[in-house]
Amino acid sequence: MFGGPSLMDSIFQRSLEDLIKSFRLHLPGGEPTVVSKALDEIRYEIRSTDLTTKAAALQKLTYLHSLHHADMSWAAFHAVELSSSAFLPHKRAAYLAASLSFRPSTDVLLLLTNQLRKDLTSTNHLEVSLALECLSVICTPDLARDLSPDLFTMLGSSKNLVRKKAIATTLRVFSQYSDAVRVCFKKLVENLESGDVQTVSATVGVFCELALREPRAYLPLAPEFYRILVDSRNNWVLIKVLKVFAKLAALDPRLAKKVVEPICEHMRRSGAKSLVFECVRTILSSLSVYESAVKLAVAKVREFLVDDDQNLRYLGLQALSVVGLKHLWAVRENKEVVIRSLSDADPNIKLQALQLVMAMVSEDNVTEICRVLITYALKADPEFCNEILGFILSACSRNVYEIIIDFDWYVSLLGEISRIPHCQKGEEIENQLTDIGMRVEDVRPELVHVGRNLLIDPALLGNPFIHRILCGAAWVSGEYVQFSTNQIELMEALLQPRTNLLPPSIRAVYIQSAFKVLTFCLNVAFLPNEAAYSSSSCPINEYSASPSFAGHESLADCEQDEFLNLRVLSQSVKAPSVKNGGDTAVNHVKTSASLPLRNDILTQKSADKMFTLVKTALAPLVGSHEVEIHERVCNILGLLELTQNEISDGFSMEKGNFESEELKAYEIIKMMRDAFSEEIGPVAVSARDRVPIPEGLVLEENLHYLETICGDIQFPISSSFFLGRPHSGERDGVSFFNRPIIEVSESSNESTLLTEHRKRHGLYYLPSDKKEVVSCEYPPANDPKMQDDITDDAEDLVKLTEQSLVRKKKPSQAKPRPVVLKLDEGDEISVAAEKPESKDDMVSGALRELLFGSDAIPPSTQINSSDKLSSKRSGKVSEVNENVGNVRKSECGTPSSRKSKHHSHGKERERRSSEKNVEVREENGQSNKQKSGHRHGRHKARQRADGVANVVSQTPVIPDFLL
Amino acid sequence: MGIRFILMVNKQGQTRLAQYFEYLTIDQRRALEGEIVRKCLARNEQQCSFVEHRNYKIVYRRYASLFFLVGVDNEENELAILEFIHLLVETMDRHFGNVCELDIMFHLEKAHFMLEEMVMNGCIVETSKSNILAPIQLMDKAS
Repeated sequence: MFGGPSLMDSIFQRSLEDLIKSFRLHLPGGEPTVVSKALDEIRYEIRSTDLTTKAAALQKLTYLHSLHHADMSWAAFHAVELSSSAFLPHKRAAYLAASLSFRPSTDVLLLLTNQLRKDLTSTNHLEVSLALECLSVICTPDLARDLSPDLFTMLGSSKNLVRKKAIATTLRVFSQYSDAVRVCFKKLVENLESGDVQTVSATVGVFCELALREPRAYLPLAPEFYRILVDSRNNWVLIKVLKVFAKLAALDPRLAKKVVEPICEHMRRSGAKSLVFECVRTILSSLSVYESAVKLAVAKVREFLVDDDQNLRYLGLQALSVVGLKHLWAVRENKEVVIRSLSDADPNIKLQALQLVMAMVSEDNVTEICRVLITYALKADPEFCNEILGFILSACSRNVYEIIIDFDWYVSLLGEISRIPHCQKGEEIENQLTDIGMRVEDVRPELVHVGRNLLIDPALLGNPFIHRILCGAAWVSGEYVQFSTNQIELMEALLQPRTNLLPPSIRAVYIQSAFKVLTFCLNVAFLPNEAAYSSSSCPINEYSASPSFAGHESLADCEQDEFLNLRVLSQSVKAPSVKNGGDTAVNHVKTSASLPLRNDILTQKSADKMFTLVKTALAPLVGSHEVEIHERVCNILGLLELTQNEISDGFSMEKGNFESEELKAYEIIKMMRDAFSEEIGPVAVSARDRVPIPEGLVLEENLHYLETICGDIQFPISSSFFLGRPHSGERDGVSFFNRPIIEVSESSNESTLLTEHRKRHGLYYLPSDKKEVVSCEYPPANDPKMQDDITDDAEDLVKLTEQSLVRKKKPSQAKPRPVVLKLDEGDEISVAAEKPESKDDMVSGALRELLFGSDAIPPSTQINSSDKLSSKRSGKVSEVNENVGNVRKSECGTPSSRKSKHHSHGKERERRSSEKNVEVREENGQSNKQKSGHRHGRHKARQRADGVANVVSQTPVIPDFLL
Repeated sequence: MGIRFILMVNKQGQTRLAQYFEYLTIDQRRALEGEIVRKCLARNEQQCSFVEHRNYKIVYRRYASLFFLVGVDNEENELAILEFIHLLVETMDRHFGNVCELDIMFHLEKAHFMLEEMVMNGCIVETSKSNILAPIQLMDKAS
């Protein structure tokens, strides 16, 4: 028979048990061979006409698929075939295989439809439940459409087992086929009132899942849920109901008010930790405006926190982080426990604790908390250590360092962090070092100091994780070299031999920094007047005039005027004598001492030393294969070449000669120094967009004629290089400030804000400078409008920090309760109502129609009858309150009274629903076999109309269903 | 969907039972199981039973040589899932009598069947041991 197994084969077929045993016997690593051998067998056996053989083969295949990840998609048809067996174990094997292996794209799925329907309508409830279980896993839109009528009948089954499973299956069916909602929803709701606990449990489970997706649609069912919340004693059910209320309470404050007390009652009464925890979570996440409830919940959290069970501690911390968003006091109260948890045995608990600690950080305690955390980081394993560091870095830099007051402290903290052995946060620290350097003027001396300490330590160069930090430090030291106390030392650090351990890109930064240092030194040494000039033009350069070149011992000794440098010296000494051929400046200076000699010599020595240092360190790199390094080395050596020769020559000549010769070196150094003293400021992300495109510029034009133009162009170095000097920029800025576009009052307003801010922080951010720098970046600076934008931008920035600071003052300020203001509400609801529409969530759409449909009023009459509606609403609300009152009373009263009450309630709804139902059924009946597109369209149109109505009227409508 | 998958894994990291309530391809399953097993089996007794992995929360518990791992979404109540695992173990214990890894290995179908009685579509639908076991006993009688 098409080569199928014979009877003998069937008799000697290996059972599943044999297969499992063979797995246990195989040698290590031999698993794949066992699997492939078994698969060969199965392929043969599964074609058998004998169902027992087939079933055994399918069982084996299922086992291999489930636990050994073998492919069994090829056997889908065999599973379908076997499912028609009347023998229950065969059917079970077939359905199990189907539910474990079928995917939505399995093509034989539709062949299963009839078998499923047959089993669903079977009298044997075991068969029914097998079919339901399978359907709940493999359901596709087609299956759902074909089988939802059968499902509908089963929702009312008298057998609890069947009904329960049918309910659970609806969830899957709804998600696949939204029209099933119209058929089954009413029945589903009725099951909420079932006396059978498991039925209720399953129903609540379904609603819980549905409500998580689209809570608003289930608001009308609140009374049913409320009853379960109050009456049920089953923890599983209560947990689910609490989840539903967590979603619903956020939508309606009155509902929240109703449920808060029962939830607290559960929290007090229950001994089940899971239920207590769910209550706590519900209160903290959705009902956090109720102070007393939150207090109670936090007390429970505290019990969790001090428990021996690590699970409870973990959840306690998690709950704290939820409440911490709105009630920071709860976290503060448990500060010790949280801090102690940082050294817990469990990394997950540690991480939670860390998050909480960071949540407590404010500008008052940031120093203290960082101190504590650093000590923990030093003790921690590498992974957690970096977690801590990451949190510190991100918390401190949040909102442009809003919580940092003492930047000197923070910068030295960054230095300290860099030295923690496990630190792997190089990139982040690098970014912050440069960022702070650009943003915060006052911290630059400290920044350079920290950078210097990092740079001079040769040991750090051996740690690849720190390279990025060193890169930042090198950049800072070069950029703000004027704050350095000892440039020679800095130069030595930048050029130390171990820098060859750095990756080329970072080494290039080192060399560039060395370039800046050299330029600065030359500038100070040879051109004191210019240095002084540039310092006056640029406020940061105050330091640059001070005798930094010679090293700090000279600082105390001499006044600025007395500061010795080559130029002054050579001018004052009219006839320099040449002793050693003038190849070194040192000898020359030694002889010409009319001013304090010590500094003079030091200066000369150090200048010479610096030249040699640069030469010896960088000369070998000229042949570097790295473009960046090569280029920069050439630059710096070139500068050296130009200046050194001229200067040396200059000393050997007469004064007049010197003056003229010196001009060239003077020009070069000045130019370089000017280039480097240009302040670099932070640029807004959107800055480029603000540059207006000049009129007449066509960006997408072919540039083929560019070559001819370019041939003629000589790039004017000075103008392209110095994009506006600081002082001129400032002048520009001032003039723009006074332009009529910015009101004087406004600018004064800005300045008061600014001064306030500065007073607060004792620091100077860079709003004004930043502005200029930004404005100078772009050629069309003569456009006043753009200038305006930029100033506004900076102003906004200042305001922003101001605002965030103001907000900081009251961090525990709870989110305002949603007040029923018309404007706000309109906005809110239009958003909420539009969302499902845009998502085209058919389930909720269908649901809304079902639940609100009977009360929906055409939108045209809606607006006119608003006053009527409101009166109607108030009536309903009072009735609703009565209803709840009854429920409460009934707790102590007879259960029958409650029952009757609910009954009537249910009946009312039933009446409404039956009307609706008839309509829906009719509709269904008509077009079930016809193209569904037609109905679809109609449904959509109505839904849209509903949507419009909802936008206007949803709030008036909803309360009708409320408690 | 509350529960996304249920795994039973032995000390060596071999999967003994895998039930998914959402469709994943074989490769996805293999990868997920590998990652989770590596993460959870490395943890010790002093550490808590909850691990976050990808967008799942894994709640796990160890019984003798077998780990029960349940992947849930973020809304789920962790303690309830722990209770569920315990209930599952108790149910199996009642059926097999002092359940061990071998029982589950050799009666995988039954184990699946019990799970299906307890969880459908990721929702816990049955929590009474006798209710869970009744259909299984009936089915045993039928065969």
